[in-house]
Amino acid sequence: MQKNNKPSILKSLRLGAIVLLVMVVLAYGFEITQVDLTELRSETRINSLVRVTRALARPELIEYDQQEEIINAPIHVPCPVGGGQVKGEVPNTQQPYLVLTPSCGNPGDTIQVEGYNFSPNTEGPLRFIPGNDPGNTVSLGRDIVETDQTGHFIANLVLPDRLSDDNQYIRATLRRNVGSPHLTQTAKDTWDKIVETVFLALLATIAGTIFAVPLSFLAARNLMKPVRNSVTNIALTVIGWPVGMAIGYLAVQFVSNVTAPIAANLAVIIASVVVTPFIVVYGVRWALPERDIRTPPLWLRLVRGVVMILVVLASIFGLLQLAALVANIGNALSGVLGPFAFLGNFLFQISEILRVLTPALGALAAGGALGSFFGGIGQRSSERLPVTTVKILNLLLMSVAGALVLGLLGALVEWLYQIDRPLYTLWIPMAVGGGLGLFLAITTKARDTLPTGMVIYTITRTLLNGLRSIEALVMAIVFVIAVGIGPFAGVLALGLHTIVSLGKLYSEQVESIMPGPLEAIEATGANRLQTIIYGVVPQIVPPYISYTMYRWDINVRMSTIIGFVGGGGIGFLLQQNINLLNYRAASAQMLAIAVVVASMDYISSMLRERYV
Amino acid sequence: MLQIKNLTKVYEGGVQALTDVSFEVPEGQFLAVIGLSGSGKSTLLRCINRLVDPTSGQILWNGEDITAATPDEMRRIRRRIGMVFQHFNLVHRSKVITNVLAGRLGYTNPAWSLMNRFPKEDVDKAIQQLERVGIADKAENRADELSGGQQQRVGIARALMQDPQMILADEPVASLDPVLAHSIMKHLEEINKTDKVTVLCSLHFLDLVHRYADRVIALNEGRVVFEGSPKEIDDKKFKDIYGRDAERVG
Ligand SMILES: Nc1ncnc2c1ncn2[C@@H]1O[C@H](COP(=O)(O)OP(=O)(O)O)[C@@H](O)[C@H]1O
Ligand SMILES: [Mg+2]
Repeated sequence: MQKNNKPSILKSLRLGAIVLLVMVVLAYGFEITQVDLTELRSETRINSLVRVTRALARPELIEYDQQEEIINAPIHVPCPVGGGQVKGEVPNTQQPYLVLTPSCGNPGDTIQVEGYNFSPNTEGPLRFIPGNDPGNTVSLGRDIVETDQTGHFIANLVLPDRLSDDNQYIRATLRRNVGSPHLTQTAKDTWDKIVETVFLALLATIAGTIFAVPLSFLAARNLMKPVRNSVTNIALTVIGWPVGMAIGYLAVQFVSNVTAPIAANLAVIIASVVVTPFIVVYGVRWALPERDIRTPPLWLRLVRGVVMILVVLASIFGLLQLAALVANIGNALSGVLGPFAFLGNFLFQISEILRVLTPALGALAAGGALGSFFGGIGQRSSERLPVTTVKILNLLLMSVAGALVLGLLGALVEWLYQIDRPLYTLWIPMAVGGGLGLFLAITTKARDTLPTGMVIYTITRTLLNGLRSIEALVMAIVFVIAVGIGPFAGVLALGLHTIVSLGKLYSEQVESIMPGPLEAIEATGANRLQTIIYGVVPQIVPPYISYTMYRWDINVRMSTIIGFVGGGGIGFLLQQNINLLNYRAASAQMLAIAVVVASMDYISSMLRERYV
Repeated sequence: MLQIKNLTKVYEGGVQALTDVSFEVPEGQFLAVIGLSGSGKSTLLRCINRLVDPTSGQILWNGEDITAATPDEMRRIRRRIGMVFQHFNLVHRSKVITNVLAGRLGYTNPAWSLMNRFPKEDVDKAIQQLERVGIADKAENRADELSGGQQQRVGIARALMQDPQMILADEPVASLDPVLAHSIMKHLEEINKTDKVTVLCSLHFLDLVHRYADRVIALNEGRVVFEGSPKEIDDKKFKDIYGRDAERVG
């Protein structure tokens, strides 16, 4: 203790130097962030601050209907030649009326305005109606008057610089609240937008979660490290995927073309929506036996494969028919549901989503199926065939796979930039790809396995980390450019940001699960998929739920401000009102944001407590 | 018949866990594997079902070369080899019955597992196995609600689901108190005697070895230093196995 505290010149000097350095850093920081406290003290700033604060304290949520009493009194500016009082209508003293003394004057003169018989306790402005421009009303400065219990008021006003020989008027517009209070238009708009905001957050969270879950497995080192595949397997998988995807896409087109004529008939639609699930379920049951005791004979496997293909075609058909049915129901419903027409519209949108997704699903399913089928063939050939045959196969298949991958990349570049020079976008990439594949096949031994798992892991991780460092707001700007201003851009931006950040968080959870149960399940002969379902998933459900809630919280917050860059939601309204200096409306929106954020926070923490 | 020939394992960091280990286990034998911790017992057992890939050597089981098996073949081999672990290795948040059913995954079509389904026969079988180890009433409990002894019985039931021809037990009683240890060992013994299942069991306490094992393999720093009947372990052998400073207890 004592030793450490021994005073020393050197130590003090060092302390001094550190303090100096901190001061310099702070000073520089003040300089570049333009910290200026005198600005806060200046009169105009304080005034506007007071104005804004007062407006904020009165959010524009509730208003009354108002009854107006509008009474004009004639006045001459300047006084007519010949002097004397202005001849005008003699006011009806049973009704509200104004008395001006004097009833003429020069600009700048002060006159007295007295009002009688108005409704008691009302208030409103005095205005000047110029004779040459009767549609106009001229504000007279501090001109709000209030009536007393008897409906009488007195006020002085300064005549404006509006000279005219015509009759001009002083107008009193006294207003009174009538009826019960009701919501303002601002409140209604705010409600609409806050609903949009919450759903924006909800959609982004759901979509993000759906994609983040599979990504998180690919980005988990402990799951990916053991994944190694033989060269033949890799080559055939790489070839199988795009070919399968093309086949799947074409199959969907084919099915929808073939069935288009019968799909128009409602009875057929209903029948097929009812029947297809049975066909699919029984087909799958037969083609995928529950038990896997011994390998069935080849012919049976082939028949099962054919049945599976038929089942897939049937389910595509079923999906398309379902889309048609849902669209019909949606259309019918939106006609009769009145205020709930949005349900019909929702169904219609769902059917559109189905229609758009079916080709994609078909392509993905067929790609995955053919990829893993080819991969299996590759694995078995590299295990069973003689080494030289495997080597030759590797050389051939790897060149094809490489050419295919770079060729597809080239086609993508071509499509994006429309270069229109196939030599550069197709042939050269294919040649290079083929060369790379050949090189890979030459440098590896025939039966070697490559760490495909780690390659996928590294790519996924890099992508996740890279995208995660881009703020959701910046993504929103990009998407606003891509799909236009509106909530859709916001959903895309928040959704993408949710995918990458949840993907990272989830994968860290996967990496920290207990390895014991995994090992035990692997030891029973379970394959990778089964190991993940029975060993990994149960362990990660609670943290996944809790991270999803947490992300939902963040998304609600983000969705309130994503409108600032055009991403939809309440931020758009808020920003507009701030720019229009409409602080009372802005206040209503800020209040709404505060309420929503606080209640979502409360709900999610409650759910987290209960379920995790 | 399980034949281990010149088995060597060097871990990635360079640790030599097993050196030239060779022995044979006839069908239906109860073999104890003993040795200090770090002597390579777990590594040896894990090489047999390839949870750990041996660096060199051969493992033949009924004539089939486990070390050369392809992934598909490995799935078929593993599902006949049950494994019981020191720390039970149950999935804590899953139900007991689900943990037991997991023993059936090697026989279940992965597409069905994707939907979290097991054939009806397997569910019945799982209940039977739980009855056999005496905790059928806990089937619907979460695994982590069970005591250590109960959890290990779930582990045994899971291994039994595999219809195993061989059970690898890696210090199955090391985290249990002695009374429970005997009840678990009796279950293994019963399985060994009635079902004629070969058992390879690594153990810490010599009295358990004397009580349950037909034969003993002793490892020291990854080498076999003793092989024979438990009765043959005299004081000299004991010091060979456990080191000069070791004292016999119990
Ligand atoms: N996964 C591993 N990676 C590196 N070294 C390991 C690993 N597992 C075990 N070892 C080492 O191998 C040796 C044998 O370990 P192990 O088989 O667990 O022995 P035992 O089960 O008899 O205690 C020890 O030195 C241990 O540190
Ligand atoms: Mg051990």
